[in-house]
This record gives sequence, C-alpha cells and structure tokens, in this order.
Amino acid sequence: MTWNKISYTGWGRASAASGSVARPERQSTLRRMLADQIAPAFGLRRSYGDVALKSDGSAYDMTRLDRVLGFDPETGIVEVEAGLPIGDLARMFAPNGWIPAVMPGTGFATIGGCIANDVHGKNHHEAGTFGAHVTEITLIRAAGEKRITPKSGALWRATIGGLGQTGVIASAKLQLMRCDGEMMRLKERRIDTLDAFLTAFDESTAPYTVGWIDATATGEALGRGIFEESEIVTGTDDGKEGAKSVPMNAPGWALSAPIVRLFNAAYFRQVPAEGRTSVKPISKVLFPLDKIHDWNKLYGKRGFYQFQCVVPPEAVETLRAMLEKIGHSHLASPLAVLKKTGAAGSGYLSFPMMGYTLAVDFPNRDGARELIVELTDMAREAGGRIYFAKDGVARADQIEGMYPDQDKWAKAVATADPDGALTTDLVTRLNLREMSDA
Amino acid sequence: MRKTWILLGATSSMARAMSRRLAKEGATLLLCGRDLTDLEASAADARARGAAAAQVHHFDARDPATFAPIIDAARDLDGEVNCAVFVGSMPEQSAIDADPSLIDGVIQDSHTGPATFLTMLAPLIEERGQGTVVGVTSVAGDRGRIGNYVYGSAKAGFATYLSGLRNRLTRAGGHVVTVKPGFVDTAMTWGIEGMFLVASPDDVAKDILKAVEKQRNVIYTPFFWRYIMLIIRHIPEFIFKKMSI
Repeated sequence: MTWNKISYTGWGRASAASGSVARPERQSTLRRMLADQIAPAFGLRRSYGDVALKSDGSAYDMTRLDRVLGFDPETGIVEVEAGLPIGDLARMFAPNGWIPAVMPGTGFATIGGCIANDVHGKNHHEAGTFGAHVTEITLIRAAGEKRITPKSGALWRATIGGLGQTGVIASAKLQLMRCDGEMMRLKERRIDTLDAFLTAFDESTAPYTVGWIDATATGEALGRGIFEESEIVTGTDDGKEGAKSVPMNAPGWALSAPIVRLFNAAYFRQVPAEGRTSVKPISKVLFPLDKIHDWNKLYGKRGFYQFQCVVPPEAVETLRAMLEKIGHSHLASPLAVLKKTGAAGSGYLSFPMMGYTLAVDFPNRDGARELIVELTDMAREAGGRIYFAKDGVARADQIEGMYPDQDKWAKAVATADPDGALTTDLVTRLNLREMSDA
Repeated sequence: MRKTWILLGATSSMARAMSRRLAKEGATLLLCGRDLTDLEASAADARARGAAAAQVHHFDARDPATFAPIIDAARDLDGEVNCAVFVGSMPEQSAIDADPSLIDGVIQDSHTGPATFLTMLAPLIEERGQGTVVGVTSVAGDRGRIGNYVYGSAKAGFATYLSGLRNRLTRAGGHVVTVKPGFVDTAMTWGIEGMFLVASPDDVAKDILKAVEKQRNVIYTPFFWRYIMLIIRHIPEFIFKKMSI
C-alpha cells in the first residue's frame, strides 16, 4: 500500500489532521511519487502545532529516509537524508570530534524539520540558526529536482525556515563543527528575579546558555529560575541507550496548577543556593527531555500548546508583563524557558532576532488559547514575533507585520510551488502565502 | 575478531536496521540487492555508523549468475562469514489468482533463489569452521491461509530448507537461525488494514542479533507470535478451512 489514510498530530497533540500519508523508504520512490503527486513532507513531528499537518490532503512521512549519505573528514561536511534525527547525527559524529553546530531542544527533530523551521539552540548567540550551517539542499518540486546553496538567492532564503513551502527537502549537506569530546560541563545556579536573569545572560561568556523559569511565580518571585551555562569538554559518553517512556495519557490533574507550583518550587531548590557544576553527556544537557519518550502524553489526551515569542532587547517590560499574566493564569506548566538570542537568521521567515525568547507550555485547558492569543498580541506590540514551529493558536491578522520579509518569502514560494500543493494547516490558518498589496 | 555479514535483500527496512546494528559493532558489510543506488546510500550510512567496511553487490534472487561474485568477495575477507536473508516477495493473492505465472517468481524470490545462494555459500562456512546464517521466513509459512498461501508456501519451503541447512552446518561449527516475524512496520505492510501488534524493523533486528548471539534455532519476533501461531497451528483443519484470518 502506498498511501495510508491516517490521523496524526504535532507534538502538542492539541490539533490533528486526517489525510493520506506515504512513507517512502528510498529516494527513488520519493522522486517517483512526487512526480505523480506533489505534497508537503513531515518528519518526526516535533513541532508543536499544525505546521507539519495537512488536513484532508496528502503528505509524505520522511522518517524512513534517515541515512548519512557521505562525510568528508577533511572539511566536516556531511550529507544526510532529510528524515535523519539530529540527535542520531550528534551521537554518530561526536566520538570523531564533530557535532552539528546548532541543535534544538530535542534530538528527535529531523534535519528536514531543522531546515524548514530554521531552528536555534542554546548557543544561538554564538552559532546563529541552523540554516547558517547548511551548505546545500536538494529540493524536489513539481518542476523537478533542484540543488540549492546559499548562493541561490531568494529561493535559498525562502527555504531556510520556509516551512517546507518551496519544495520537499530530500537531502542536505551540513557543515559540522569541531568538538573536543562527547561531554559537557554544566554550571547551574539559582536566579531570583527577571532582572537578575537578564544580567546573567549579559555577563555570561559560555557558548551554551539557557534559563529555566518558574512560570507560576508572581510578585517578588517573578522571573525566578535556574540559569544554565555549558560548554563541550573532552570525555566519552559510555551511557546506555536506555530511555523511559510514558505508557499512557496522564489524567487531567497531573499537571494541575497546585501540582505544577509544588513541582516548580522543588525544582528551583534542587539546585543548591551556591550553585553546582557537573559533567554530563552532550545529549543529556542539550536534549534533557528526550530521556522520557512520549513525554507529551503527560498533558493527557487533550494535549498542550506551546507559546514561544522573541522580543527586542529593549522590551524587558513586555517580558515582565507576560510573566505576570502567565503566573496569574494558573495555566503554566513546568516547562518555561528564557534565552537571550543573537543576530537574525538568513531565512525570510527565520524566527530568532536580537533580543529575548520566551517559551512556555500550557495544557489544553479552558483559557489556554485565549491566553496565547493575548501573549501573541503583546509580542507583536513590542516589535517581536512568534515561532511557527510552536504555534497552533494565532489568527492570521495577529501575525501581520511580524515577519518583515514575509512578502519576499511569499513571492519566492509562489514561483516554487505555483499551485499551492505544499501548503500545510498552519500556512492556511495564518494565510502566510498571501501577498500584501503594498 | 573480524566479522563479515552478507545481507541479501539489503534494501528492506529490516535489513537496514540490522545493518545499522552490525555497523555499530564494527562489522564488514556486504549489502546485496537490486537497487544499487539505494544500497550505496545504506553503505555510506553504515560506514558513518562504524562499519569496518561496507560493499555493495548486485543480487537478484531470480538471476543465479549474481550469486558467485558475492561469495567470492566474502571469501577474500578473513574471519567469520555470516549471511542474513531478507529477500522475498508477496504479490496480492488476487493478482496471483488472475495470473498464476506470478507463482514462479514468488517461489524464486522467497525460496529457491536464497536456497541456491546459501547452498553455494555453505562450503565457505564449513571451511572456516564458523559463521551464522539467518533466514527470515514468516509466520505466514506456518499454515496456508486464503490471503497469502503462495507466499506462505514459499516461506514454508524456505523454512524447511533452513532446518536442513542447520543440520548440515552444525557439524562444521556453523549455525542457522530461522526467524519468523509477525507483523512488521515496513513498506510492504504500510497501510494494510487489520494489522495489530506491529513491531518496528529495529525491534526485529535486535531480536535477530540476540538470537545469533545465543545460537537460537527458530525464533518468532516479537516473541508472542510463537503462542499466536501455536494456537493457529492447532486449529483442526475441518474448522480452519472455513475461517478467514
């Protein structure tokens, strides 16, 4: 059977799509099928909302196209199929002194997804976004196959972070980064206020930094959390594959407000007041949640949303107001992250920009969507933007103007996919491909 | 010690999963099949994952002329030579009913082709006094059912061949593992209705390598298929002939 009628979701499981899905196992099969039917592609669906969903249509599951196609040990350039999880790539090459220069918060993101969402990592302020380290992409479109490079101009910039709208990414070449070992030295310390957090980010010289925030805290404790700084150090990871999994949907009260408050308070205090330093495998530091498979089931069968925005450096008061609102909503989950971001990516729709990014998970309960809508407006008013890899809630009118190059993107996409065969649920919901009259 | 593994039907997802696990152990791999472009991709992947070497060979179960060069390549390598057979084909039973000439191809792919190859390989294993053959058959070979009895009969024939080969190679220090997978999440089963308790190709590869290490004779994978098939084999024929399972 080539096409399988299934229902599938993003990582947040709050929205689902039903449609026909093909899962080719060979590049030749993918090309043959695409010649017959152009449709969007998805990987391991670690994006949260509906960016990788195609309701009532066809889509390609790329997860069986997950091989390394070549590696040059002189230059560190690796060619991979789009369905390869980035964590696998890291585990394969770190023992030989190479590592992907940018890795998102989960090793289960596929390379195709990393490109299409132009992901960033805890080293964004140093390494930029994922797209900065991609040297070539093989795209398959209705018009045929095309290899593009950073010199390809608009098509390249519309593909990096372009949500898969310029063609199906079949494979790509990446410039890996030299690394000294498979371990990281991690320094953790408590931070008491939002302002102290921002100072910590400003003063840090570590290549990898991130802040965990207690999003249930309000008043005096607003913005408290744990600041993590890390760097890659020598040493080998002799850890076993072992990972735990969540066998079933958790009941609704599992992440209810009082429990989350208790958990967060305990989590805050597990780091001693004087801070602590440890040496852990890279994957444990960069992909902390990957050790629990299917942790999204902890939010129960209704799933959850993640809100992530980035605001300019001067919009500190917006961040404070957002945290205040989130804290009083009693909807926050333990997962809330703050990071200082560096320069913007090269893609027309690349998410990061100079400033601060805040990401918070909310269980899909009454009021969650409304809260995210409000937070989205706050981000926009502050000159910031939301991250399409996470969004499942925003309205089309809310994101107008967030991405100044959206028209350029839409124009390149209209040329690459004139029939709109690659649209996904998010692209439709946010009306992203519509060009403004200006 | 150096280990070489010949994988026949190496483009299959189960073979790919096995190739990755063997690569991690530092084995030398001979990936054999018809789609050489795809095999080159898998060979590159195996090298990146730690294989000592990975070669690609043309293998067509219906063309015995492709067999000898693979065995010669294995002979050129020192140490233990092992072989895992993943080939087989399963046209829809209705297609076979419409065109019975398809049966020859199914038998060649799933039984006589690999049996011919293994018979040519057996002397090398005997010469070296070590080596394991893994033959992937199917639970479909345990009893003929209306839905796929031509495929089932070919797999049953191959399973009987493997049992004899085990009897032969054991005397020379070799071993044969017969693997009977239940439903596995592969391109062959993608979108087929009525699948349950589906295993991933990597689950199967893991079970196979454990069976090789422990020198098991016949395994079902996942294990519970042993009990499902035990029941199915014991349904009296006068009842079974009226069932559609």
